[in-house]
Parts: sequence; C-alpha cells; structure tokens
Amino acid sequence: MTVREIKQQLGLFLCWGDEKLEHKVTGGYVGDLLSDVMANSKAGNVWITMQTHVNIVAVAVLKELAAIIIVNGRHPAEETLKKAAEEKVPILSSTLSAFDVAGRLYFLGVGKARADAERIPD
Amino acid sequence: MSASFSRSFTIEGRDFLNAGRASTQIKTILKELSVDPAIIRRVAIASYEAEMNVVMYATRAKLKFTMSASAINLEIDDEGPGIPDITLAMQEGYSTATSQMRELGFGAGMGLPNMKKNSDEFVIESAVSKGTRLTMTIYIN
Ligand SMILES: Nc1ncnc2c1ncn2[C@@H]1O[C@H](COP(=O)(O)OP(=O)(O)OP(=O)(O)O)[C@@H](O)[C@H]1O
Ligand SMILES: [Mg+2]
Repeated sequence: MTVREIKQQLGLFLCWGDEKLEHKVTGGYVGDLLSDVMANSKAGNVWITMQTHVNIVAVAVLKELAAIIIVNGRHPAEETLKKAAEEKVPILSSTLSAFDVAGRLYFLGVGKARADAERIPD
Repeated sequence: MSASFSRSFTIEGRDFLNAGRASTQIKTILKELSVDPAIIRRVAIASYEAEMNVVMYATRAKLKFTMSASAINLEIDDEGPGIPDITLAMQEGYSTATSQMRELGFGAGMGLPNMKKNSDEFVIESAVSKGTRLTMTIYIN
C-alpha cells in the first residue's frame, strides 16, 4: 500500500506531500519519543505521532520513513512544514488517535506487510 | 577507496531549527558513496543522537566525520557543562532533559545507549565545566 492509498483509506489530511506519495509503506511505528523512533522504526514505515515540531522531519529523513501521520487533530508547526518541503517528507494529519490510526492500518494489511518484511534478516 | 574522506561540521547548542543537519548531510555522503544501507542506518542513529545531545546540553561542538576503506569514524567534541557521572549518563532511561525538552519528545535517556549499540567502538570522555568528547567507529566490512 502506498502513502496516497493510506491517505485515501483513512481520510487523512495532507499537510505536505507534493512528492513521494507513491512510496510503498512497509509498516508503521507509533511513538512520541524521538530516540525511541530513531532506534526502532524501520525504513518505509509510516510514523504515527503527536509530535508536531520541526525535529520530527530529521528523524523521518534519517530513518527513511515513508510519511509522518500526526494524530489527535494536531497540526504541524510552520517550520515543520517548511522543513518537510525542503526534505520532501510527506506529513499527514488526522483527528483520530494513534490507536485508531494504527488499528485501521492493520485492518488494511499494512501491519501484515511489516511482519512479512521483518522475516528478512536486517 | 584508498585515501580517507573527511568532513567537519559545526553544531550550535540550542539550535533546534538546524538540529539534525550534520547527520542528514553525512547520510547523503554515505549514500553517494554507495555504502551498505545497514551501515548507513547505524551511522545515522549514532550521529543524530550525538548531534541532539550537543543541541540540548552543550554550547557548541565540532563533529568530524572520517571514512576510510575499513571504517567510519565520528568524533564529536563539545564545549559545554560536561557529564559528571558517565556511568549514570550511559544508563538507559537516565536523563536530565527539562520538561520543555520532554514535551518535544527528547529525554527518553536512550541517546547514549543507542550510540553505543550502533557503534563497534565507542569512547566517551568528559570534563565537568569544559566539555564532552565522543569517538565512535563503525566498521565497514
Ligand atoms: N554532550 C553532553 N553534554 C552534557 N551532558 C550530556 C551530553 N550528552 C549527554 N549528556 C547527559 O547525559 C544524559 C543522558 O543522555 P542520553 O542522550 O542518553 O539521553 P537524553 O538526551 O537525556 O534523552 P534522549 O537522547 O533519549 O532524547 C543527558 O540527559 C545529559 O544529562
Ligand atoms: Mg540524548
């Protein structure tokens, strides 16, 4: 499933995403602690978070995440959007909670894709 | 590649807006040099965590990135408060991050342990009121 398909299926709001919406999503990671996301997210994951500030973009770039989904009706800060455009990191938002976004992604089979990918040794 | 490749970056304390820039540039260089993605991931984690600690706790630092045929080396030398108890600072979960930093998602106390986990050689030296120096080496083969 691509970022664009996830956006459509979950009715996400596109905050920035002129590019890279066709990237294949390998799974997801939920976290609001940046070091945790740095350590445990996988390339191609969507990152579900409440964080909205500019530093989330660098994490997504360094971990090659497919997109950031900001939950609970929060919106990215202005500098975050600017940086996202510079670095070409799609940012989407939702009024849903992290639990509901993750649940729906699993229902769509995104969690299964990750489980399959993880059988391949790193 | 025979000769080693080297680049230096300056990191400013409290500069949250540019935080992560050095690590992002290093990652770009490694990709251009077609380094194994698994190695790039480890270097990215180690350098990002070191960079963020400078932004959060120190005044400024020089980050020197060196790559030879056999290893990647990161040396982060900061001017800052230093670390009074390195054993404590190395413990997972230990953090002196302010509540403001924690709200931004920093302060899990995972940065130093993550750096150590992702490097093959990890050396931390610190002098209180002077600064901290980290030397991390990641083997390529
Ligand atoms: N360069 C530094 N100068 C001064 N103190 C530091 C430095 N790096 C780390 N410390 C101290 O060591 C503690 C642990 O660092 P570590 O990176 O493991 O966790 P953290 O930065 O608090 O949280 P996280 O990295 O998970 O966001 C810090 O809270 C701080 O007190
Ligand atoms: Mg840290």
